[in-house]
Amino acid sequence: MQMADTGKKIKEPLFHIVRRDNIVWWKAWIIRLLAILAALVFCGIVSFLLTKENPLRIYSVMFDGAFGTKRRVWSLAQNVAMLLCVSVAVAPAFKMRFWNVGGEGQVLAGGLASAACMILFGDSLPSAVLLIVMLIASILAGAIWAVIPAIFRARWNTNETLFTLMMNYIAIQLVSFFAYKWSVPKGSGQVGIINRTSHAGWLPVIGDMEYLLNIIIVLVLTVIMYVYLKYSKQGYEIAVVGESEKTAKYIGISVRKVILRTMIISGAICGLAGLLLVAGTDHTISRETAAGRGFTAIMVTWMAKFNPFFMVLTSLLIVFLEKGATEISTAFELNESFSEIITGIIIFFIIGCEFFIQYRVVFREKEAA
Amino acid sequence: MWAEFIRRAIMQGIPLLFGSTGEIITEKSGNLNLGIPGIMYVGGIGGVIGAFLYEQNTTELNPFLAVFIPLLCSILCSLIMGLIYCFLTVSLRANQNVTGLAMTTFGVGIGNFFGGSLVKLAGSDVPSINLTATSSYFRTSLPFAEDLGWFGQIFLSHSFLAYLAIITAIVASFVLTKTRTGLNLRAVGENPATADAAGIRVEKYKYLATCIGSIIAGLGGLYYVMDYANGVWSNDGFGDRGWLAIALVIFAIWRPNLSILGSILFGGLYIVHNYIPNLDVSGQELFKMLPYVVTILFLVITSIGKKRNAQPPASLGLPYFREDR
Amino acid sequence: MQASQNNEVYAIRLEGISKRFGNKIANDNVDLNVKHGQILAILGENGSGKTTLMNVIAGIYFPDHGKIFVDGKEVVMKSPKEAIKYGIGMIHQHFKLVDVFSAAENIMLGLEEKEKYSIKRCEKRVSEIANQYGFEIDPSRKIYEMSVSEKQTVEIIKVLYRNANILILDEPTAVLAPQETEKLFDVLRKMRDDGKAIIIITHKLHEVLSLSDQVAVLCKGKYIGTVNTAETNEAKLTEMMVGKKVTLNIDRPEPINRKPRLELSHVSCVNREGTKILNDVSFTAYSGEILGIAGIAGSGQRELLESIAGLQKPEGEILYIDPETGKTEDLRSKTPMQIREKGISLSFIPEDRLGMGLVGNMDIVDNVMLRSYRKGRPFLLDRNNPKKLAEKIIEDLEVVTPGVSTPIRSLSGGNVQKVLVGREIASAPTVLMSAYPVRGLDINSSYMIYHLLNKQKENGCAVIYVGEDLDVLLALADRILVICAGSVSGIFDARTTTKEEIGLKMIQNKHQRGSDANG
Repeated sequence: MQMADTGKKIKEPLFHIVRRDNIVWWKAWIIRLLAILAALVFCGIVSFLLTKENPLRIYSVMFDGAFGTKRRVWSLAQNVAMLLCVSVAVAPAFKMRFWNVGGEGQVLAGGLASAACMILFGDSLPSAVLLIVMLIASILAGAIWAVIPAIFRARWNTNETLFTLMMNYIAIQLVSFFAYKWSVPKGSGQVGIINRTSHAGWLPVIGDMEYLLNIIIVLVLTVIMYVYLKYSKQGYEIAVVGESEKTAKYIGISVRKVILRTMIISGAICGLAGLLLVAGTDHTISRETAAGRGFTAIMVTWMAKFNPFFMVLTSLLIVFLEKGATEISTAFELNESFSEIITGIIIFFIIGCEFFIQYRVVFREKEAA
Repeated sequence: MWAEFIRRAIMQGIPLLFGSTGEIITEKSGNLNLGIPGIMYVGGIGGVIGAFLYEQNTTELNPFLAVFIPLLCSILCSLIMGLIYCFLTVSLRANQNVTGLAMTTFGVGIGNFFGGSLVKLAGSDVPSINLTATSSYFRTSLPFAEDLGWFGQIFLSHSFLAYLAIITAIVASFVLTKTRTGLNLRAVGENPATADAAGIRVEKYKYLATCIGSIIAGLGGLYYVMDYANGVWSNDGFGDRGWLAIALVIFAIWRPNLSILGSILFGGLYIVHNYIPNLDVSGQELFKMLPYVVTILFLVITSIGKKRNAQPPASLGLPYFREDR
Repeated sequence: MQASQNNEVYAIRLEGISKRFGNKIANDNVDLNVKHGQILAILGENGSGKTTLMNVIAGIYFPDHGKIFVDGKEVVMKSPKEAIKYGIGMIHQHFKLVDVFSAAENIMLGLEEKEKYSIKRCEKRVSEIANQYGFEIDPSRKIYEMSVSEKQTVEIIKVLYRNANILILDEPTAVLAPQETEKLFDVLRKMRDDGKAIIIITHKLHEVLSLSDQVAVLCKGKYIGTVNTAETNEAKLTEMMVGKKVTLNIDRPEPINRKPRLELSHVSCVNREGTKILNDVSFTAYSGEILGIAGIAGSGQRELLESIAGLQKPEGEILYIDPETGKTEDLRSKTPMQIREKGISLSFIPEDRLGMGLVGNMDIVDNVMLRSYRKGRPFLLDRNNPKKLAEKIIEDLEVVTPGVSTPIRSLSGGNVQKVLVGREIASAPTVLMSAYPVRGLDINSSYMIYHLLNKQKENGCAVIYVGEDLDVLLALADRILVICAGSVSGIFDARTTTKEEIGLKMIQNKHQRGSDANG
């Protein structure tokens, strides 16, 4: 090695970024765990600054808020189930790289359809028949709401992110419209509990466990979705289309058909989630029925890498944060929006850490070689 | 009545105009920032916090400071939001849609959290903060507005932020189409690899455009609180205007100057139900979906028409890494 | 080899440049020198690391090791911006142009001039430069309205506009017609006489000999050496390129039981922009033979194969003759699905392996399954048989991989191609089409591919081989079809024809020669 004139010192950049080839799975999980840990520490600092309380106590309050009583655990499970349901619904679309940010609207469409059935046929149809009609109506409504943007995307490559986003607000306004139409008392804009006395169209309660049916349905859906995505031919087609439309065409998969089919499934499950919310938990309909789950589900799905089982964990994490932060805000007299801030921060850390899984930062060598 | 309708439409449109101008600048760099609704909340609450603290700590409001402090606070808060978004999507190459949605959750949370906390601090009976004093300085309109009839009502009765919105849009249009910076920025959004090879610092442009865009969008929140809502902050009061601003970007086919007209149109569509006789409340709700329906129609028409100059920036939403092949 | 103490000032000097991508070594300790007023040709097979090396000079890739000197001073290329500052301009093989911008806007991109921003002034200067070097260009036209050679002109002017003193051209002639190539070379010679240093990548030997002053040879990422063009010849250069003299030892069994399998008549095809890519193509492919297809890149080879595979919507007739029943079937405008449903086993090894033939992020089993996943039980996938097939391919074709569940993206180029070819021949095809199947492969892998194709030929399959290396085509194929600007300009018996004859037909066309043949 006979290096010639080195001349004056040259400034090499402090670091540069290299794409990783493949990372061992446990390393990836360590990175993710570290990110969550860092996020919790950061949230602790934020909470401390706002409350001047011992951060450990803050966490114990959070834990208490989520798991403190049997009722709380049950409510947590119920909320996890609903968020999971919407997440499971949007997962196939995302796996196909179809940005379905319209979950909110699809859930509302489904909820609206079942509420409509409950109100219109509540007195005329027998309970079992009514439930079936509601099921069909809500699934159809969700599917239609999802397939409209899909048709345009498949045929004219219309930007689906923006289209599905706009569909949300049309659904919200539609719900508002009907909320006034059906409001009790008239003009209040509140539908109130539907069929309060007859319970027509309410999902049956198993034993005395309210919401149990919801939870079971969602768990079954989760398993089915896992199998569908991983072991079914249609799931395989979704993966191929998502990875490369060119390959899909080359192999003879009709990309349009897959897009439409997948979005119908995605919308249908969202519609079902609407049914579960309206007939299973809320027994009413309002603009707030979906409660932002359509958007939160996107983050849940993304963080879980489209794997329905991981989604159980990520939706649990999000709901835990929401419940815990709400508890903090009551315990320390903070505003209840505190939970949204905490959720935001945790998500920032989790999606940020993916960088360290996909890339490696190479620092300047210190006068080696 | 027509003049009043147009005046109200403009007032409704101004926050949208700020939001869409900010988002257009951002999207021109290839960043689809779905955090704009959150950022607008933060811009609004930033101004509210500044005004609140100033009003609490002084007995006599200085007109300049009464405007300057909230403005500065609003800008700083939006800037921080822009920086968070950029750090995640540009430096860490996180997915833009997910980051944006998380930003919106976060931003709305920040807005409502501090809004709620201030309400508590102020000890008022109603769940809102009243900053009428500050607002009155913000709302100072041109002196001869009242003497010129409908002309004055439509064109002159607005506050300085409204004119700032229009000027910002015109300047943004000019910069995008007629300057070197604009050319480079558009190249970054169309094809970052090409821009990079031409010696343009892609990351720098993305950061700058997104942060400036955030600041502008944040001013929309400030305008809403200080002008439109007469200085009254109430939680969730801003509503879905942030998403309307994103819709407006599509409607204006990524041109800030078209967005001026578009914002007035959207503003008009947003309030037109108030001007239709014999319309019941439920009908009003139906009318409120008009801006979104119009946007979808526009989105569909432009994508079917495939007109080259009506398309989104080609690399919109995609991360860029130089060494990717 | 020049010693590094050499005091002469080089425009560019590289010392020990290394660059890896994951576990693939693209450049391994490469040295390089070029002076002002000199044209250096870089020669090497595909995948020898030429483009990577040039991207390192242009600041696109940051090297893992090594030093770069510009005009005798060591520099660090953190980004293309630095490269431009040092007067380096690169014309990429895949043009770096913004489609919706005009030529002038593209040229202005990223410039830091003191004068006021003015498209008008830029357009004027572009015209001046164009006149100086004899280009024809309309600076206000949009890129998406331009042909390939016009786009290249824009790229060159862009570099000249920045007063670059060191020009790098990455395979500029691959997309050009011969006259256009000559014109380009005239321009390059003029630039050399103006004192610019020029580096040109190509793997066409005759171009190297006619244009360059010096030739640097790379082989498998390693620097082999630099020679003066005047002191060398084709044979010596090829020897440097591949290590030994090319005595292509490719088997060519005699065709047996030769029968028409695929008859194309008057096939034409337009691309999305409405340009005619294929123009009245007619030929017959026979069972038991390899039909080679030669032509300059982008002459319609891809569209031809895709038309047959059901991926384009061509006009004309594509008749398939069933080997057993003799029944004919028109494949035109049938989707790949419909073709398969007819029981026709048509295999296609596309040029774009990871983008089209395979899915980079999926593992070998899932990739092998692409063709056959619909088989078996309803609804649910069967991964057992594909797994067995994957294991068989790995064993038979000596694929180097940690296992069947490794993502295909992390394999090296040759192994990726083996998986693709293995999958395509697994279905016992009656027609096998392959586009540049040995591009970027080492000699051993290439020979394995030739052997596999010959095997298919002996099995009675009609093999179509699109290639760029005429020596290989002459040694492997039975007949060679030459395609030029979307039309068939001749079909020759590979055993009797010559390289010159084919080369001539590649640039001649019975139809009018349009400059609109872009790819």
